[in-house]
Amino acid sequence: MLKGADIKPVVVVAPARGAFRVGLPTTASQLRLVSLLVWRDLRVRYADTALGVSWVILQPVLLLLIFHIVFGRIVRVPSDGIPYPVFAFTALLPWTYISQAVSRSGVSLLTDAQLIRKVYFPRLVLPLSASIGPLADFAVSSAVLAAMMMWYRLVPSPRILVLPIFLGFAVLAALAGGIWLAALSARYRDVRHLIPLIVQLWLYASPIVYPASLVPERWRVLYDLNPAAVIVEGFRWALLDRNLPHLGAAIASVFLVAVVLMSGLVYFRNTERTLADVL
Amino acid sequence: MAPPCIRVTDLGKRYRIASQRRPDTLRDLVVARFRRRGEAPAQGEKDVWAVRNLCLEVNEGEVVAIVGRNGSGKSTLLKLLSRITEPTEGRAEIRGRVGSLLEVGTGFHPDLTGWENIHLSATILGMRPHEISRRLPEIVAFAEVEQFLHVPVKHYSSGMYVRLGFAVAAHLEPDVLLIDEVLAVGDWGFQKKCVEKIAALVRDGRTVLYVSHNIPSVLHLCPRAVLLEAGEMVMDGQTVDVVNRYLQASTPAETPLSVRSDREGDRRLRWTGYALLDGETGQAIPQVRTGQSLRIRLFYDSAGSQSLRHVHVAVGIYGTFEQKLVHLSTDLTTGDFDELPSSGAVDCEILRCPLQPGRYTMNLWTTVDSELADWIQGAGAIEVVPGDFFGTGRLPQPGQGVVVVDHRWSARA
Repeated sequence: MLKGADIKPVVVVAPARGAFRVGLPTTASQLRLVSLLVWRDLRVRYADTALGVSWVILQPVLLLLIFHIVFGRIVRVPSDGIPYPVFAFTALLPWTYISQAVSRSGVSLLTDAQLIRKVYFPRLVLPLSASIGPLADFAVSSAVLAAMMMWYRLVPSPRILVLPIFLGFAVLAALAGGIWLAALSARYRDVRHLIPLIVQLWLYASPIVYPASLVPERWRVLYDLNPAAVIVEGFRWALLDRNLPHLGAAIASVFLVAVVLMSGLVYFRNTERTLADVL
Repeated sequence: MAPPCIRVTDLGKRYRIASQRRPDTLRDLVVARFRRRGEAPAQGEKDVWAVRNLCLEVNEGEVVAIVGRNGSGKSTLLKLLSRITEPTEGRAEIRGRVGSLLEVGTGFHPDLTGWENIHLSATILGMRPHEISRRLPEIVAFAEVEQFLHVPVKHYSSGMYVRLGFAVAAHLEPDVLLIDEVLAVGDWGFQKKCVEKIAALVRDGRTVLYVSHNIPSVLHLCPRAVLLEAGEMVMDGQTVDVVNRYLQASTPAETPLSVRSDREGDRRLRWTGYALLDGETGQAIPQVRTGQSLRIRLFYDSAGSQSLRHVHVAVGIYGTFEQKLVHLSTDLTTGDFDELPSSGAVDCEILRCPLQPGRYTMNLWTTVDSELADWIQGAGAIEVVPGDFFGTGRLPQPGQGVVVVDHRWSARA
């Protein structure tokens, strides 16, 4: 009896000390929770829609069609000699992921407020699963892009093998923004309404509908800090043989993401302590 | 001796309440930033301790009820122990896996099917995949949702939803179970099933902290209880005593029935307390409205542990001048109880309280096997306030009778 009691885990409830004690989901059960919430979001998102999961393909394709008509045909944005649909889609692929991940993880604490009030788990599980979920859409869209490149007879270079690095960076960048917004939107309800505007602004600050070569040189330094720009350029470089993003720009934006992510974790941890009381 | 399973030391939780409105928008934040820095509450704010100076030790296998009025800190205590919110001071140590059951259907999503929600909820509550698959048939059987397992739960009746939610949580099998008020939902039959399930968990040697307003279930399940008042523990002891003190506190200026000696009978059945409940919600009510459905709950115990046979109960309701107004009796309606457990409670339900606003007293009369067991005069008080008895919003003027009777008028040529 005593022996059994000895091996039991001891849960300690006490005020947390230090801002840097970040509650990362590390145990197997918490990681299972992440994967289950990812599955739930996917399952629920298209429940009761007539077209169901086809929306995963339809959304990027329709967006692409709009961009193609507006920017490719009417405004005639230069696309560095690449067919505009392919030019735009290589950027839309990572961008759609980033924007979805940021907007969903940004409101993840509000969406699952009921859960937070009633059961304990590291709250980071919520923005984390919200940023992992859109990777499924990313996978489907990649297949659409592959089909499109075959149609235009474009062969990707072996650099495509580097693509996962840019994708990984995209996940970290989205997570950095998402964690900050999640904590902020839980504390200040106005933030929820700002998130779509922030994402919209970010879209136009990134070389998605237009090539980065259009950006005037004097804005370039600021522009390069945008991790989405580095990611999008990286995707085009890996898939379409465009210019490599500036090394300086890449380092700067990696540094920026690291700072935002770390500070976000600390801020999130501080919010987490009183989360059940404010939601 | 083994260390206690739950050890709570000086636990406290402070909430800062803004008296006007919470600084929840960015504008409020900007304004507040210029106004204050530091710990002291600003003007228009005050500190409220939901729980304070709380010390409690619970040994393995013990089942402890936490009773107290709304706002006494019961739910906050469970939230602290289940780590949903962090304490402001003090600490608590819990040995073993903690399962908290603070609502029914934790994590359920309306668009997902019953089967999917079982997996989701069970995972959120901390069950491992192999445990879920092993327990799934049991959960489904307990919830009685076999035919609807692959239907989204939004199409479930509220009863089915609640059954499924409880079934998942009840099959968690943690070492320490924290339960809050879950039995306040569902029909009577299901509530009974829930109490039995919890009793089974208790028999398995689990440690349970149980918060409920359902006094009979508290008496039935928990040998020990603690009473919270305004966030502090004011009593820790045998449940019967604690419940009596609690009920006494909720009906002020009454001597608790359990300590009254001005009674007659052989005490084979002994009334220990009573509660007035809303007949529909089952919530304890301080006052009754005219026309409100009322449940008079009478708690009792007995000297032995054998069940009691042929129990007759009568409640007399008396007005200000000791005139008897109403006689409620088991033999007039449902019949005397053939058999009652050795302790528990009986309910007397009045569909629409027919008393005019005022204060009334109750006498209790009980026989077991035709022998007088307990007779207490002035056993309790009923405070009646105006209510909409006739559905017209009107009541007779004060002095125009003490009892109201439903009636209709019509005219003939």
